[in-house]
Amino acid sequence: MGKRSAWALPYFIFLVLFVVLPLVLIGVYALTDADGRFTLANMGAFFTDPKIINSFLVSLEVALENTVICILVGYPVAYILADKSLNRSAVTAVLFILPMWINALMRTMATAEIFNVLGIGLGKGTLLFGMAYDYLPFMIYPIYNILDKMDKSYAEAAQDLGASPVKVFLKVTLPLSLPGVASGVMMVFMPTVSTFAVSEILTNNTIMLFGSVIQEQFNNLMWNQGAALSFIMLIIIGVTTLIPGNKNSETVEGGATV
Amino acid sequence: MAKETHIINIDHVSKSFGDKKVLDDISLYINKGEFITFLGPSGCGKTTLLRLIAGFLSPDEGVITLEGKDISPLPPHKRPLNTVFQRYALFPHLDVYDNIAFGLKLQKLPTEDINKRVKKVLKLVSMSDYEDRDVNSLSGGQQQRIAIARAIVNQPKVLLLDEPLSALDLKMRKDMQIELKEMHRKLGITFIYVTHDQEEALTLSDTIVVMNEGKIQQIGTPVDIYNEPVNCFVADFIGESNILKGRMMRDRRVAFIKHEFDCVDEGFGEDVPVDVVVRPEDIYFTTDPAKCQFTAKVNSCIFKGVHYEMWVDTDTGYELMIQDYDPYEVGSEVMLYIDPDDIQVMKKERTANTYAAKVIGEGKVEFLDTEFECDTAGFAEGDEAVATIRFEKVELLDYEEEADLTGNVVFILYMGNHYHLTVKTECGENIWVDTNDIWDKGDFVGIKIHPQSLQLSKPTE
Repeated sequence: MGKRSAWALPYFIFLVLFVVLPLVLIGVYALTDADGRFTLANMGAFFTDPKIINSFLVSLEVALENTVICILVGYPVAYILADKSLNRSAVTAVLFILPMWINALMRTMATAEIFNVLGIGLGKGTLLFGMAYDYLPFMIYPIYNILDKMDKSYAEAAQDLGASPVKVFLKVTLPLSLPGVASGVMMVFMPTVSTFAVSEILTNNTIMLFGSVIQEQFNNLMWNQGAALSFIMLIIIGVTTLIPGNKNSETVEGGATV
Repeated sequence: MAKETHIINIDHVSKSFGDKKVLDDISLYINKGEFITFLGPSGCGKTTLLRLIAGFLSPDEGVITLEGKDISPLPPHKRPLNTVFQRYALFPHLDVYDNIAFGLKLQKLPTEDINKRVKKVLKLVSMSDYEDRDVNSLSGGQQQRIAIARAIVNQPKVLLLDEPLSALDLKMRKDMQIELKEMHRKLGITFIYVTHDQEEALTLSDTIVVMNEGKIQQIGTPVDIYNEPVNCFVADFIGESNILKGRMMRDRRVAFIKHEFDCVDEGFGEDVPVDVVVRPEDIYFTTDPAKCQFTAKVNSCIFKGVHYEMWVDTDTGYELMIQDYDPYEVGSEVMLYIDPDDIQVMKKERTANTYAAKVIGEGKVEFLDTEFECDTAGFAEGDEAVATIRFEKVELLDYEEEADLTGNVVFILYMGNHYHLTVKTECGENIWVDTNDIWDKGDFVGIKIHPQSLQLSKPTE
C-alpha cells in the first residue's frame, strides 16, 4: 500500500462495516431459514404469495405516479427558478429546498393532520400528495442545477436559426436538460418504491406498500423472510439504475469548449 | 431614405444597461454584400450592436431597418439573419448533420432538399464526410466550420459573426481568415463581423467601424483607417504609431518634435495645435545629410521577424518608434527623414479640460460634483462659468487624502516625451492629464487641481 492510499483506510473500513457487511448479512439471512440452514423458500415467497406480489406492484405504480407528478410539477418550477428574467434571487431556490430541513416523518404527520382537519379522507390521493410534497425538492434540484448552468447561447442559437420560443424549449432546452430529469427520477423513483411510514400515515394503513410489507416481516421477527424481500428489492432497484442511459450525462457540460 | 444598396440602416441607436450607456447615438449604414467589421476594445459596445441587429436585445432609442423595413418588432427567430457565435454554441445533443439541418428542419423543407443543402454547405466549409460525427469530438477549428455552415445553410441575407476566431490559435486563425474571405466572395452575402483584433479587421474587411466607449470613432476602408486615422484613439488602436503633439504652421507645413516638416494636409488654419501620427515604418534612415531632417540616437533594437523595431531618442528629446528591415546599432547616431505623404495630421479633439461650473461663493466654484478653490474675481455667487484646466496642470496622486476627487485611468497615450492620460472620475466625466509619471490602465488615482491652475471664464452662448 502506497503512502497516499493509506489515507483511504478509514473510508475503506467504514464501507466494509456499514455497507458491505450489512449487504452480505442480508444475503445470508435471505438464503437461510430460522435455524440457519440454506433454503430458497424465503425468496420463493415473493413469487408465490399474492399479497406480497400485489403490494410490490402497487408500490411500483405509486412510485411511477409520484415520479410523473414530481416531473410535471418540478420541471416548470426548476425552469422558472433558473430563468434570470423570472427569478432574480437565489433565495427562492433555497425556499424550495427548505422543507427538506424538517424531518420527513414530521412533515408527513403534519400533512395527515391537515387532511384530517380539512375533513379529507385519507387514501390514494392523500398518499400521492404527501409523496409528491416529500420528494419534489429531489426532482427540482437536479433539473434547476442543469438549467441554471446551461449556456444560454444554445437557446439563442436556436432562436437565431428560426426556432420560436416553444420550439427552442422542445428542441434544445428540454433535450439538454434530460440528464437532470434522469437524476431527478433516480432520486424520486427509487426511494418511493421502498417507503413505508409515509403510506401508513397518509392512508391509515389502507394501502400496503412493499416497504410496509418488509417492515411487517421484521416486526413479526421473521428476519429471513424480510431479508429475502429486501434482497429482491435491492436487485430490482440495482437493475433499474442501469436503465436510464448514461450516454447523455456529459453532453451539457461538454458543450462547445475548445 | 434608405438607398437600395443599403441592406441595413442603423439610425440614432442608443442602448444602456442600468446606468451604463453602452451605445451612444450610433448611426451607420451597411451596404449589400459588403464585409463590415465592428472593431474596438472590449466594452466598446461592438457586441451589443451586433446583438441589437440579431434581435437578442432591443434598442432604447433609434431604429434599425433591414432593406428599408423596421425590424425592431421582429423577434430573433423571424429575422432573416444568422449568427456565428463566439463559442460556436453547437448543440451538443445533435450530430453535425442535425446541427446544420436545424434551421432547415424548422422551415419544414422536404428531406431531399435538406440533404442536398447540408451536403453542399459541408463541402463549402471543407467538412464533407463529417455528417455523422458528434460535435464534441471535433477540434475547435472544425466546430468553427460547422458553426459557419449551420448559419449559412439558411441562406441569410446577412451573416453576423461574433468574434468567431477568438478561440482559435494563431496559425488556425490566419487560415480561417483566408477561408472566411473566400466564403464571403463565394456567397456574396453581407458579413457583419465583430472583433477586437485590429489585424483581423484590416485583413478581412471592406469597411471597418472603429468603436470606443459606445461611440463610433471612424468608419472607412482598412487603408483609410490605417493611413488616415481621425483621432488619437484610432491611431493608437490600429497598428503601431508615433502620436505626437504638433502645431500646424500653415497649409502643408507642420511642426512637431521641435522640428518643422512638409506635409500634405491643408485647411487647419495657421498656428493651430494639432495631433500628428507617424507610423513607425514611415520614418526612414538616411546617410545623405541633404535629406536628413533630424538626428537621433538609437536606444534599443529588437528583431521582430520581418523587421527590426527600434526606439530612438531625437536630438530634441523625443522618443520615437521606427521599424526598418535593417538594424542599427544601439548607441549609434542616425539621420532620419519623413515623407510629407506619411505625416497624418489630426484635428485636436480638445486642447484643455473644460467644464461647466457654478460659482458657489467668494473664491469657490463647483464642477465635477466637487468644490474647488480659485480666483472668482468678476463673478458673483450663483454665476454660471466655464472652468478650464490645462492638461499638464492636473496633478495625479497615488493617495486619496489630499486629492480633490478620484478616478480611474482608462486610456494611456504615449506622446513621444510624455503620457496623455484619460482619467474617468467617479461622476463619470473624463479629465485629461499630461504627465511624465508612469501610470497603468485601471489605476485608481487621486486628482488634485491647484487654485492657480484653474481659469474661470464667462460661458459663451
